[in-house]
Amino acid sequence: MVSFSAVAKRYPGGKSALEGVSFALEPGELAFLIGRSGAGKSTLLKLIPAIERPTSGAVIVNGQNVGALKRGAIPYLRRNIGLVFQDQKLLYDRSVYDNVMLPLSFSGQPPQEAARRARAALDKVGLLPREKASPIELSGGEQQRLAIARAVVNRPALLVADEPTANLDVESAAKVLDIFVAFNQVGVTVLIATHDLALVERYGKRVLRLAEGRLG
Amino acid sequence: MQRLWRPSGLASALVIGIAVSLPAGGYALLESLRALAGRATLEPQISLFLADGCKACGGRCAGSRAARRPAREQGALRAARGCPEATRRGRGHERSHRLSRAQSPADDAFVVTASEKTLEPLAADLAKLPGVAHVQADSVWARRLGALERLGRLGLWLLAALLGAGLVAVTFNTIRLQILTQRAEIEVSKLIGATDAFIRRPFYYLGLLQGAAGGVFALAIVAGLLAALNIEVRSLADSYGSSYRLAFLSASGAGVVLALAGGLGWLGAHLSVSRHLRDIEPH
Repeated sequence: MVSFSAVAKRYPGGKSALEGVSFALEPGELAFLIGRSGAGKSTLLKLIPAIERPTSGAVIVNGQNVGALKRGAIPYLRRNIGLVFQDQKLLYDRSVYDNVMLPLSFSGQPPQEAARRARAALDKVGLLPREKASPIELSGGEQQRLAIARAVVNRPALLVADEPTANLDVESAAKVLDIFVAFNQVGVTVLIATHDLALVERYGKRVLRLAEGRLG
Repeated sequence: MQRLWRPSGLASALVIGIAVSLPAGGYALLESLRALAGRATLEPQISLFLADGCKACGGRCAGSRAARRPAREQGALRAARGCPEATRRGRGHERSHRLSRAQSPADDAFVVTASEKTLEPLAADLAKLPGVAHVQADSVWARRLGALERLGRLGLWLLAALLGAGLVAVTFNTIRLQILTQRAEIEVSKLIGATDAFIRRPFYYLGLLQGAAGGVFALAIVAGLLAALNIEVRSLADSYGSSYRLAFLSASGAGVVLALAGGLGWLGAHLSVSRHLRDIEPH
């Protein structure tokens, strides 16, 4: 599903974020990417949906070499990847329901099917009763669950989450991770970046350790 | 569509409307004045006055000779009341000279209609004919009127081009502000798989609708101004026994104003979107 081969990423100015990173994520696998702040976790995750391009090496997602993708092909790559961010990137001028509807507005779903999918996604993360609320009215954990609902509403084969439990209390963090595990159990490939090793060890899943831009 | 009905959208459409109303109104005025000038004889003419005692000349007078002038001079002779012989003889030349009775304040007078090029040589020739007392070429005022009309049209085109560029600039800026306002939404949409075309589309619609709404405002402004002017024009025209009024743009003219305003709005949106959307990339 995801394959990194000797991937390096250097930013203008010479700062090296990743060096010689190689790993593969099989379809239906769940893996945690752990490392301290500044280890390169976010950079690695950004290479998967082509938010960043590798300086060298190959990033293959669903058989496509992301580094060689033309600009016009990137949206179609991203539609098959559910992205969850630490800062959620929600639209606060829209309701919970409208936030989840956003990815469906350009994927060509018929309106009734789109509405059904949006409500199903909200139901899975336990936010259906709050569909008319504004995201600003939600707690941090609920906002993160809303971001997950938006990420999965297009039924992607791959879920990528960058620090989804950061700033959450232990109970909310566990609830969020349980949702990812539940999606993985129905066949979705999941890669989660976190710095919370104690939380990760509870699930007994594969762990990729990143330190100073290199996988350990 | 909702964005257009916001106060800022309506204000921009009104600014566009005022800008478009200047050339549109100018065009309507010019067309109305052209119609007024069309009622008068705009063709270059020669007034030819005969000497006393030239009536019943038996075909030897100036009118008769002028009537027999070849068609290549492109002159048309109208015999005034006064020389029946010229009128009679002229009938034989109707195909080339269009000879008929015309109104003239003087009995022994002719009005010769010519082209601009042949007017002055023809006037000089006619002045040499026996029995001609006076020849007056009435071409200067016609030339001036024609030049003024051409100048007015050129000025209108330049004004339209200038204000058209202004319309594009207004739309460019409105769309730029709209893009900045929706920066978060655009960034998130790009992150989750929206294509550039999908993101651009509403801005194109906004530019097109804003331009077209500006066109509607412009037509309303022109109609209002013409109605106000027509109050005074009516009283002036009535004093001359005329039913003349300043006319509004034709249906096709109004359609052109709407289409141009909408098209320029679309162009402004296109330039703005091309310039500013690329700057917004998820990070």
